[in-house]
Amino acid sequence: MKRSIRTAVSLSLSLALSVFALTGCGNGSADDSAAEGVMTHEEYMAAANDDQVVIDTYVQAKQSWWEDKATIYAQSKDGAYFIYNMACSEEDYAKLTPGTKIRVTGYKTEWSGEIEIAEGATFEILSGDSYIAEPTDVTALLGTDELINHQNEFVSFQGMTVEPSTDANGNEAAFLYSYDGSGEDGSDLYFNVSYNGNTYTFTIESYLCDSTTDVYNAVKALNVGDVINMEGFLYWYEGVNPHITSVTSAQ
Amino acid sequence: MLKKICSALLCAGLVLGLSGCHGSVGQKPFQMPEEFDTARQYEITFWAKNDTNKTQTDIYKKAIADFEALYPNIHVTMRLYTDYGRIYNDVITNISTNTTPNVCITYPDHIATYMTGRNSVVCLDELFSDERYGLGGSEVRFRAPGESQIIPKFLEECMIDGRHYAIPYMRSTEACYINKTYVEALGYTLPEELTWDFIWEVSEAAVAKNQDGTFRLNGQNVMIPFLYKSTDNMMIQMLRQKQAGYSTQEGDILLFHDTTKELLTTIAAHTQTGAFSTFKISGYPANFLNAGQCVFAIDSTAGATWMGSDAPLVDISEDKLVQFETAVMPIPQFDPENPVMISQGPSICVFNKEDPQEVLASWLFAQYLLTDQVQIAYAQTEGYVPVTTSAQQNPEYQDYLSRGGEDDNVYYDIKIQATKLLLDHTDQTFVTPVFNGSASLRDAAGHLIEDVTNSVKRKFTVDDAYLEKLFSDTSSLYHLDQVGGITSLRPADKAEMGKLPLPSVILLSVLLGAWLIILSCVLYTWKKGKNKSNPSVTH
Repeated sequence: MKRSIRTAVSLSLSLALSVFALTGCGNGSADDSAAEGVMTHEEYMAAANDDQVVIDTYVQAKQSWWEDKATIYAQSKDGAYFIYNMACSEEDYAKLTPGTKIRVTGYKTEWSGEIEIAEGATFEILSGDSYIAEPTDVTALLGTDELINHQNEFVSFQGMTVEPSTDANGNEAAFLYSYDGSGEDGSDLYFNVSYNGNTYTFTIESYLCDSTTDVYNAVKALNVGDVINMEGFLYWYEGVNPHITSVTSAQ
Repeated sequence: MLKKICSALLCAGLVLGLSGCHGSVGQKPFQMPEEFDTARQYEITFWAKNDTNKTQTDIYKKAIADFEALYPNIHVTMRLYTDYGRIYNDVITNISTNTTPNVCITYPDHIATYMTGRNSVVCLDELFSDERYGLGGSEVRFRAPGESQIIPKFLEECMIDGRHYAIPYMRSTEACYINKTYVEALGYTLPEELTWDFIWEVSEAAVAKNQDGTFRLNGQNVMIPFLYKSTDNMMIQMLRQKQAGYSTQEGDILLFHDTTKELLTTIAAHTQTGAFSTFKISGYPANFLNAGQCVFAIDSTAGATWMGSDAPLVDISEDKLVQFETAVMPIPQFDPENPVMISQGPSICVFNKEDPQEVLASWLFAQYLLTDQVQIAYAQTEGYVPVTTSAQQNPEYQDYLSRGGEDDNVYYDIKIQATKLLLDHTDQTFVTPVFNGSASLRDAAGHLIEDVTNSVKRKFTVDDAYLEKLFSDTSSLYHLDQVGGITSLRPADKAEMGKLPLPSVILLSVLLGAWLIILSCVLYTWKKGKNKSNPSVTH
C-alpha cells in the first residue's frame, strides 16, 4: 500500500514537472532543474524500491572498480546517491573524476538500510557544469531520526572523542583492523567516537581509502581520548556507518 | 646431395623444435628433491581466507609460529583475505608474473583456472606418497595424518583430471536455520525432513498482512519468509535433487533446460508474493532471521555463529533482536528419502616454483595445516568439520561436540548442531565437476535466480520467452560457449600464449623451407623424367 502511494506521488510529481517544463513555467536555474524524464532527489526518494530511476548527479568519490562494475558516491545540490556496481568499463572509470556530471539509469533498492541504485545501472557522462559538495556538519544530528535524511551525503563531524574499541579477544585499542580485529594492514578500519555521551562506530572503507591514504594512516595513529574532526560519506549498514575520508585533530 | 641437404635441414629443425618446446610457456613440472635441504632458509607466502573471524586469524598465526618452531629455516608470511573471489582474482593476476603465493586457500573450481598457467599448481600425488616427506612421512617433524586418514570423500573433491591438486582444509555444507517459533505460530510442525513444498507453503502463509499493512506474523513492516544466501548453491542443489543436468565431468554445459525453467518459474511465483528473496538483493539472511523478519534462512554451516537470538556474532543493534527458538535442518529436498546437499569449504593448493626445495618447504607447511591441533581449533570457530578421521575421532573434538549449548561462544548450540548436520550427512554431500570454466558456470547458475528475482520485483513478466532470453544472455555473459573441460585447456592456452616464441618461428620456417626444398626436388625430378620421356623436347 505504502509503495503504491509512493509510486502515485512520484508519478504525479513527474507529471507536474513535465507540464511545468512544457509550459516553460519553471523557476529554478538551468543547473538545478532536472531534465525531462530525469528525477530530482526528492522524486528519487519518493520512488518505491525496485522502481526504475533516472538521475543526473555529480561524482564525489569512487569506491571500487571490479570486472566492469563501478561503485560510486555521487551528490547533487539537492541530495546524494550511492551507486553500487554500475556497469562501467575501466576506461570510463578513469573519466569519473570528482565533480563529473553523470546521468544514471537503474533501479532503486535498499540493502541493509542503505538506499542505493542497484547493481547493473548504466550511466553516461554529461558535459557542462561540475559540482563538488561541501560537507554538511551533522554532528548534532547523531542519534536523531533526522540523520537518515542526509544518507550518502558528504558530511562532517566536529569535536568527537575517540573511545576504545574492543576486539574479539577482549583487548582494547583505538581502532581495529576489521570489525573484530581479525584483519591486518590494508583491511577496513573500525573505530569508536563519542559525542554527547553516545558512542558510534565509524569506518575507513579500504576500497574507498586504502592503506596508502592520509586518512587510513591518521586513524592508525589515533589514541583513545583524542578529539577529532572528520569528513566522509554518510553510508548506512544496519544503522549509520559513516565511511570516513578525512580525520584531523580538533585540538 | 640434395637429399643430404634436406635431411640436415629437417634434423636441425627437429632439434630446434625440441629445444623451443622445452620451457617455452609456464614452468617445469615439480620434481621431488631427494632430500629437504635444511641448511637453507626459505621464505614462503601463505594466502589465507578467514570469515572475518579473529579466532580464525589467531589460529593461522599460531599454526605458523608452531610450524616455524619445528622448521626454523622456513619463514611463513601470511596475507589475509575474507573473500574467495579476491584470492582467485589476485592469483590469476600473479600467475602471469610468476608471483603466486607458495600456499593458498582456495576452491578446486578456481584451481582448474589456475592450471591454465602450465605447471603453475603442483600436482600433489608424488608428494602425498613420498615415504620421507609425504603425508605422515618419516622425516616430517610433526604428527601428520596419513593419506588414509583424510576423509576419502573430501580428498576426492581435490582431484582434477584424476590427480590431486589440493588437500582439503575444512568442510561445510548449507543448513536451513529456522525460526521454529514462527513456524508453529503459523500452525505448522517441522517435518523430519524439510521439503521445498513445505518451505514454500509456510513462506506463503507468513506473508499475510494486517489491515494496517504490517505482517500478521511479526507485526513489523518487514518480513521475507525465505531468504537464500548463495543462489548458485540453491540452483546447483535443486538440479542435483531433480537429477537434472548441470555439467558433465568433461565440462559440457547442461544448465539450460526445461527443469531449470520450471525451477525458475516456481521461484518467480514466490518472489511475486514476497515470500522469497536473496542475500544479494535484500541483505544477510542472519540479520533478517535475528530481527524476526525471516522464517527460513539458508546459509553455510560456516555461518552458524551468526544465527539465532543468542548468536555470539550479531550485526544488528540489540533493540532489533527478537527472541525465538532456532531449529537447524538440512536444506529442503525434492526427494526427502534420498537427501543430497553440497559439500563446500576451503582447500589448500601449493604453487610451483623454480626451486623444488621451496616447493617442498611449502608442502610441509600445507601438510601442517592438517594436524589435529590446527584442524580441531579451526573447526570450532564455525560450523566446520575437520577433514581427517584423526581429528574427528580425537577425544578433544568429541568432547567439544558433546558440549553443545554449554555457552553461547565456543559451545554455541546452533554452531555445534550445524557441525553435526554435516558429520551425519557426509555421505549425502556432493560437489560439481571441476574444469576450466566451472567457476563461471557456478556464477551463471546463481545469476539465473538473481535475475529472475530482480525481474519479478521490477514487474517484468517472467515467461518462456523471458527465460529463453535469460538463458542466452547468461551463456554469453559468462562465456559458457567458450568453456571446456580440463582436458580441453588448450584453447585457453592458445589465447594466452600470444605471439609464437622465436624458436618456434625458426622451427616452422625451417620446416616450411625444408618442405619447399623437398617439393622443388620432386618437381625437378618429375620434370627431368618427363623431359626424358617427351620426344618433342630437344636438347
